[in-house]
Amino acid sequence: MTGNKHTLVALVEDRPGVLNRMASLCRRRGFNIESIAVGHSETPRLSRMTIVVDGTNAMIEQLRKQLDKLVVTMKVSDITSDNIVVRELALIKVKANSETRSEIIQIVDIFRADIVDVAEESVTVEVTGDEDKIDSLLSLLRGFGIKELSRTGRIAMTRGGTSLLGEDKDKTGGRRQKKAAS
Amino acid sequence: MKMTGAQMMLDGLVKEGVEVTFGIQGGKVIPLFDTMPQFPQIHHVLTRHEQGAAHAAEGYARATGKVGVCIATSGPGATNLVTGIADAFLDSVPMVAITGQVNRPDIGKDAFQEVDITGITLPITKHNYLVLDTPSMPRIVREAFYLARTGRPGPVLIDVPGDVFMEETEFHYPKEFDLPSYKPTLRGHPAQINKAAKVINDARQPVILAGRGVIVSGAYAELKELAEKAQIPVITTLLGISAIPESHVLSYGWLGMHGMVHANMATDAADTIIAIGMRFDDRATAKVSAFNTRARIVHIDIDPAEIGKNIKVDVPIVGDVKTVLTQLNKVVETSQHIDWISQLDEWRRTHPSLNIRDSESVLPQYVVRQIYEATKGEATIVTGVGQHQMWAAQYYHYDHPNSLITSGGLGTMGFGLPAAIGAQVGRPEAIVWCLDGDGSFQMTIQELATIQQERLPLKIAIFNNGFLGMVRQWQELFFGKRYVATPLSGPDFVKVAEAYGIPGTMAKRREDVIPAIEQALSEPGPFLIDFRIEPEENVYPMVKLGGSLVELLEGEDVKKGVVKS
Repeated sequence: MTGNKHTLVALVEDRPGVLNRMASLCRRRGFNIESIAVGHSETPRLSRMTIVVDGTNAMIEQLRKQLDKLVVTMKVSDITSDNIVVRELALIKVKANSETRSEIIQIVDIFRADIVDVAEESVTVEVTGDEDKIDSLLSLLRGFGIKELSRTGRIAMTRGGTSLLGEDKDKTGGRRQKKAAS
Repeated sequence: MKMTGAQMMLDGLVKEGVEVTFGIQGGKVIPLFDTMPQFPQIHHVLTRHEQGAAHAAEGYARATGKVGVCIATSGPGATNLVTGIADAFLDSVPMVAITGQVNRPDIGKDAFQEVDITGITLPITKHNYLVLDTPSMPRIVREAFYLARTGRPGPVLIDVPGDVFMEETEFHYPKEFDLPSYKPTLRGHPAQINKAAKVINDARQPVILAGRGVIVSGAYAELKELAEKAQIPVITTLLGISAIPESHVLSYGWLGMHGMVHANMATDAADTIIAIGMRFDDRATAKVSAFNTRARIVHIDIDPAEIGKNIKVDVPIVGDVKTVLTQLNKVVETSQHIDWISQLDEWRRTHPSLNIRDSESVLPQYVVRQIYEATKGEATIVTGVGQHQMWAAQYYHYDHPNSLITSGGLGTMGFGLPAAIGAQVGRPEAIVWCLDGDGSFQMTIQELATIQQERLPLKIAIFNNGFLGMVRQWQELFFGKRYVATPLSGPDFVKVAEAYGIPGTMAKRREDVIPAIEQALSEPGPFLIDFRIEPEENVYPMVKLGGSLVELLEGEDVKKGVVKS
C-alpha cells in the first residue's frame, strides 16, 4: 500500500460493539490501522475516535465514506490536510541508577516531560506531544534501556472555532441532510 | 399493557405491514412460533432449510419491493441464513432476518446451539441488533424495518435470546424513533444536477447505464423520459434488466461479461456515460482499468460510498434515483443523436449476440425463447446461477418492470427455487417460472416440498446438461478442457418431482420443447420440466479472461475456429 498517513476523526454512538464495527470495516476493506484512540466527546452518548491509517487520498476517501455509512457513525472526517493540533501521550519506564538518573531528568526537562514515578532501578516518564516529539525522546532514552513503553495513539482536533459536527465539507452533496426520521 | 417479547416482535411485524414470513422452527424460536396463532395476519411459510428461507424472503422482497422476513433458530439455524443475507446485502434487497439466541445468562458460555450471529453477520448486514432488553423490542423492530427499506435497501438482522421472547414486560409502542446518524440523502444537490445536465446537453455519443437502483426506486417513467428527451440509448446491468422495456426503441440490451456485443461496444465508445443506480461491478465493467477512459461520467446513486469506488466519475449525484431523475429531466434539453444511434444499430447488425443456430437437440437458448413465446413475455423469471442464468437473461425479452429476479452480486447457486417460491408468494396471480441449472437446482432441491405444502403454481425449467456448466465452460476455454469436478450424474428430476407430488416431464429433442412448455402452462399447479440440453453449449458473447468490455469471444468466432482450447 502506497500513500500517506491520514488522520480520520469520527463521532460515533457510545454503545457496545461500535469499536468492533469500525475496526472490522477497516480490516475487510483492506486497511491497516496504525492507531485508534477512543473516548468521550463534547456530546453525551457520542464517542470520538481518532483513527490513523495509511493510504492514497482516493483510498482514504473511500474508507471515510464506508465508515460514514455505518448506522452508528454521526460523522467521519479526514482532517489530515487541515490545520490541526495532534497529540499523543506516552508512558516510558526507563532503566535508571544513581549514575544515570540525573542525566535522564535533564533530558526529560528539555522535552518538558514529567517524571511520574521513581524506583531504585527505574524512572517512569510521562510525555505528551506529536509523534515526532515522542519518537525523539524515545531515541534519546533508548540508550539507558527502556523496560516498558505504552503509547495512546494519536488524538487530533482542528484549530480555530469550527467543530466536527458544525462544518460541512463534502462538496458532492454526499453529506447527510439533517432531518428527523419519522 | 404487558406483552411478552415474542408478542412485541409479532406486533411490530404486523404494524410494519408484514403478511408473510419464511423460516424454520428450532429451540430458541419456539416461543415466537408459539405466539404466531395470536397474529393470524401473518402467514408463515415453512421452508426445508434456512438458506431457502432467506432466499425466499429475498425473492418476495425483490418481487414486491416490500421487506422480506425470514426466521431461524440460534446456532445452525442462524448460520444457514448467512448465504441469503450476504446475497441480499450485495444486491441491496430489503430484508429483516430474525434469529433466536441462547438465553441471556448463557451468552458467551458456548451454550448448546450458541453462535455469535451478530458478529458473523457484521460485514453482510446494513445493521444488526442483539436484543438484551425486552422493552426495547418494539423500537428495534421499527428501526430494523426502517433501515432495511430506506436509503440503499439491505438486510438487517435481529438476534433475540429465548428468554427475551418469553419475558413479559410493560409494552410501549414508540410513536417516534430517532436514528440521528442515519439520514439518507434523497434529493440531488442542485449544483450537481445542473452540472450533469450540462454534460448531458453537450454529449454527442451518450449512453445510459441503468442498474437495479432504477427498479428499487421505481423510476421507470423518469428513466424513459430522460432517454427519450435527450435521445440516449439505454443499456442496463444484469440487475437493471427490465428497468426499461426491452422492446423500447432506445433499449440496447445489457452490458458486461456476457452482455450484448453492441452494448459493450457502445459503452466503450461513448463520450458520455450516465450511470444510474448501478455500482460499476467488475462483471459489468470487465477490466476496470480499461473501462472507457475518455467518457465524461455522471453517476447517480443513493449510496455516497459507491461514488468513485471503482471508477472515477466527473459528476457525482448522491440521491434517490427517481427524485434525482425528476430534477434532472427539468433541466436536460431535448436533443438528437441520430448518427450515434445508427452506429449502435450498425453494431447490433454486424455483431448479432442473440442468434440461435439450427439444431435437432435441445438448445438452451431455444428453450428460453420458447418460454418467452409461450408466456408472451408476461412471466416473472427467477433464475439460479450459472450458464442458464445468462441464457435466461439474454433470450427472454423483458418488457415488464422488475420481471427478472436473479442473484447478481453474490452469484449464489441454489438461489433460484427458493427465490421463485418467495416471488410466487409475493405475486400470487403471476406466472412465475424458475429457470435453473441441474447443479444450481440440486443445492436447494428440498424446497420442492415447500412448493407442494404451500400449493404454489410455480413452473420449473431445469437446464440439465450434466455439468456445473459455467465452470465447465471456463475449463474448456481456459483450462485445456480438463473437466475436473464438473460432470454431474444428476437424479431423474421428473421422478424426484413426482416423489414430492409435483408432475413433470422430460424434453430430449427439439420437438419436445414446445409441448412440454404448453403442458406446464396448462397445469393449474406446479410443474417441472427436465430439459436435456446440449451438454457442452457455451454462453456467448463472453469477455475474454481479464479482457476489457470489447475483448470478446462471440459465438461466430467459435464457429469459425477462432477460439482454440
